[in-house]
Amino acid sequence: MILIQFLNGLSAAMLLFLLASGLTLIFGVLGVINFAHGSLYMLGAYFSYSLVLFFGNYWLSLLVAPVVVAIFAGLIELAFLRRLYLRAHEFQLLLLYSFVLILDDVVKALWGTELKLVPKPEALAGSVEILGRTFPAYTMLIIVLGPAVALVLWYILNRTRIGKQVVAASLDREAANALGMNVPFLFTAVFVFGAWLGGLGGAVAAPLRAASPGMGMEIMIMSFAVVIVGGLGNIWGALIGSLVIGEVLAFGTLIVPKMVVLLPFAFMILIFLWKPQGLLGKGGG
Amino acid sequence: MEATNLKRSRLTDLCSVIVAALLLIYPLVLSRFYSALMIEILTMGLFALSFNLMFGYAGMLSFGQATFYGIGAYTTALFLKYIAPSLALAMLSCMAVSFVAAVLIGSICVRFTKTYFIMLTVAFGEIFYYIGNSWVSLTGGDDGLVGIPISRIAIPGLPAIDLQDIRVYYYFTLLVVAIAAFVLRVIVASRFGYVLRAIRENRDRAEFLGLNIRRHLLLCYAIAGLFAGLAGALTVPFEGMVSLETLHFTKSADPIIMSVLGGTRFFLGPLVGAALFILTKDTIQNLAELWMLWMGIIFVAIVLFLPGGVVGFIASLGGFRHRTSENVEKNEGTKSSEYTGDQEPL
Repeated sequence: MILIQFLNGLSAAMLLFLLASGLTLIFGVLGVINFAHGSLYMLGAYFSYSLVLFFGNYWLSLLVAPVVVAIFAGLIELAFLRRLYLRAHEFQLLLLYSFVLILDDVVKALWGTELKLVPKPEALAGSVEILGRTFPAYTMLIIVLGPAVALVLWYILNRTRIGKQVVAASLDREAANALGMNVPFLFTAVFVFGAWLGGLGGAVAAPLRAASPGMGMEIMIMSFAVVIVGGLGNIWGALIGSLVIGEVLAFGTLIVPKMVVLLPFAFMILIFLWKPQGLLGKGGG
Repeated sequence: MEATNLKRSRLTDLCSVIVAALLLIYPLVLSRFYSALMIEILTMGLFALSFNLMFGYAGMLSFGQATFYGIGAYTTALFLKYIAPSLALAMLSCMAVSFVAAVLIGSICVRFTKTYFIMLTVAFGEIFYYIGNSWVSLTGGDDGLVGIPISRIAIPGLPAIDLQDIRVYYYFTLLVVAIAAFVLRVIVASRFGYVLRAIRENRDRAEFLGLNIRRHLLLCYAIAGLFAGLAGALTVPFEGMVSLETLHFTKSADPIIMSVLGGTRFFLGPLVGAALFILTKDTIQNLAELWMLWMGIIFVAIVLFLPGGVVGFIASLGGFRHRTSENVEKNEGTKSSEYTGDQEPL
């Protein structure tokens, strides 16, 4: 029972990590919380629904849907967000929030308001046995996917040139610019990559939680708690934060089932009071 | 402020008189539907005005004002239902509860700035939303709080006032909102209001002047909470119930959109924004179902091209700019380098 609950928490955590890593990456470099991140997650789920219908192949849709989301986010960055970098950060936030309103209605117009459930891929439709207990195979995929994404992120940020530039820009934007890095390009790249992670989250979540308008809001606000708990702008903080919040949610269900959604936020406020920079954060309020 | 008052032209006076007269005869001329629409505008307008005391004057962007709007609505409804069916007492207690809640929550939030402040307000907003959702015996949960008695107001010597008559309730709302707006106007014109502007413009410099930043911001947060609660209270007799929506995240976003739409650097900007928001919503809803899409597009345009909001734009057209108090500040050279909302030549 405890093991199953732990695995449930782990899968929730890894899904949260897909969103939170994108959020924290975008914040680290662009200095703005992406209020449209939940909408990108939602788009990922809907695109994967349509692509599964179109291709008839789940894996292909899992590959393509996040890319479409990333391209879309790139257009938002180039056409709108870019114009606001010199303004107060509130305006970037408000712009991103207006895309929440727009995309919610766009989704309603294109896909309707009823739930769209993406069928699980055949290979993972069954369940696996762990220590004598059965566990849905698809949930195991999510549990594996999270660390895989974390490894890829680690590799990009520490071993590639662009990754190192991203880290440099997040530490000191002006110095990075002065050293000749193409900071506007880095901004676009990071926003696109963060959106790709959000879209991937949506595509992965679609077979588990049906796609519906507004589905992104709750998980996005939950990922806010994750990035704050872990330390805003810190990828490893996002990983620790999602593990903590995921397990708090899973075991909270056993102890206080009615109040469980409150726990991440209560936890976040406690972290704020104890260690405002988050568990692994560098700066802080 | 004195300079502003002296410079106020006869034209502005005339406009004010005309607007006041229109607001007074409005429900007598048009149908009940428009009275209801106007009640919504006034209530949300008060909500937006209270939000803008924080955002426009003190530079605090809260994404959790629905907390106090909801607390106000639920307190009023619970008071009417369980304690005494007196609206006046219910509203007084609602203001007290909202104020105390805002002091408690604010004492944590105002320690932080920018993104951290925003995230904390979001977190508190979510906590109260989920409390409202799961404490079913008190709040009715998802179904909302229903069965709220709205009694007549009996003043000796006068005919009893029936607030369930929509036109009567319109005048009641107008009176409450006018008094609240007047109080807020006095606050922003006071020394306290100017300290808030100083903190917004440059927190460090304000601190070097020996001002207690946190205490001023906390009081500002608490006052905003109080009036957000009052706005929430006004919805109770009008709706006859309290829905869980009053605590939802999107309710926190409404006053933000309204304030930016109208213009955060003008005292009445948020009220104008509320009117534009609700009228646009109503118009679009009559034509198409997807009003949020169009509202979002309008909002993108405002954020990109009219950072001063609609009132800011009109003021720049009409040459009113020299008479607004904000420009008195500007002439004194306290223009901020951080806020770039109205750096464009309006």
